[in-house]
Amino acid sequence: MKVRVDPEKCQGHNRCYSLAPELFVVDDYGYAREAEDGIVPPELEEKAKLAQANCPEHAVIIED
Amino acid sequence: MATAERPPVDDWTTDYDIFHPTYCSDPGPIWADIRQRCPIAHSERWGGSYLPTRYDDVAEMARMVPALSSQEFIVVPPVPLIDPETGEVLRSRPYAPPISSDPPFHTEARRLLLQAFSPQAAATFEPYTRELAHRLIDEFADKGQCDAAVQFAQQIPPKVIAHLLGLDENMGDTFIEWVRGVLEIGATNPEVRVATGLKMLKFWGEEIARRRAEPNNDFISWLLEQELEGKPVDDIHVTSTCNLLLVAGIDTTWSSIGAAIWHLATHPDDRRRLVDEPALLPTAVEEFLRVYSPVTMGRLATEDVTVNGVTIPAGSRVLMNFPAANRDPEVFPDPDTVILDRTHNRHVAFGIGIHRCAGSNLARMEMQVALSVFLERIPEFHLDDSGPVTWAGGQVRGPRSLPLHFTAK
Repeated sequence: MKVRVDPEKCQGHNRCYSLAPELFVVDDYGYAREAEDGIVPPELEEKAKLAQANCPEHAVIIED
Repeated sequence: MATAERPPVDDWTTDYDIFHPTYCSDPGPIWADIRQRCPIAHSERWGGSYLPTRYDDVAEMARMVPALSSQEFIVVPPVPLIDPETGEVLRSRPYAPPISSDPPFHTEARRLLLQAFSPQAAATFEPYTRELAHRLIDEFADKGQCDAAVQFAQQIPPKVIAHLLGLDENMGDTFIEWVRGVLEIGATNPEVRVATGLKMLKFWGEEIARRRAEPNNDFISWLLEQELEGKPVDDIHVTSTCNLLLVAGIDTTWSSIGAAIWHLATHPDDRRRLVDEPALLPTAVEEFLRVYSPVTMGRLATEDVTVNGVTIPAGSRVLMNFPAANRDPEVFPDPDTVILDRTHNRHVAFGIGIHRCAGSNLARMEMQVALSVFLERIPEFHLDDSGPVTWAGGQVRGPRSLPLHFTAK
């Protein structure tokens, strides 16, 4: 599983970062992006799905 | 105008009253009625406005920029600020960028502000907030009763903002008076709104002059060193930003903290569960934000727009009903029930799109700290019948008195 943040859609709600800090990083303005290469270890797959299900902007994208 | 002098609401889809006591205390059934029959209501009250109630409609409207402009973001028509001595129009309408602006200026003003309100920046205020929450509870823990709205929820955001602005935390009381003067009492009383607005302009003018003469490490000094659109930030922008911090960062967060405590006082199972499982708090906070979303924002239609078959004519005021969107059963199963561990929660309590609340990270931190300290110190509490629970509403909804009793410690 891979996760990424669509920078065009992200408005800095930081719901993904607060739910799954292992998978996302935020910049100085509070906008999020995926950590490193976005690869989700199996034990964090549920957290990745949670981040996706809580983004009001539908900016978190999961690629299997 | 007092409620008693206003005609009763006949049909909420055509005659809603956002300051009606029932709309303030329990708006859920009203939104459900409008959503089912309408779903975008219109009323001539308070200067006239349109009120969407469906999640998808609100989300679509939030992205209609600048057709639905933020130049008027208050839920009632603006009142100009006029200097009583010279007659000069100081502000023709509330000016608090970025909340009161559209792109391209909005983009610049927002980018400037966001740096001061990132999650990392909000975290630096956590130790102060925690210490403050404990200090507030020290005042009433041995009495066995308190007004959790007045003595706790209401005290935290203004003091955190005062701290951030480099002011004495006792300024918090003045901030409460100002915010109520502009938004709560002032919403239905233009004279109070203008008088309060003038006091605020004068105060910030003096504070800015002091920082220019003697800069320190607070937010105002930082802002004075920044640039906007390639020029140094001017006094009007600093004043307006300080006003924004007060109108956007005080009664909003205090309403959220108060509503969450009200919920826990009236739902003992949820209270016990949160005491037993503190790890649920972050998810629970998002759920409180969803069900008890405090903020409705205004927009001004600058052209005719059509949403869900309803045409809203240019010049109309639109109320961005984020609280009702968050109770839409098409998006949230069992929408009126607080589910502390709700996993799918794309709530829009902080708005959606380019005007997402810039202070959301600070607000979330304050809520988590306030609730965690309250539950730790007072794990069991109930509504006290010494007085009524009262709710304010309109632009910002939340409890304004919340008498509780508990075992004294």
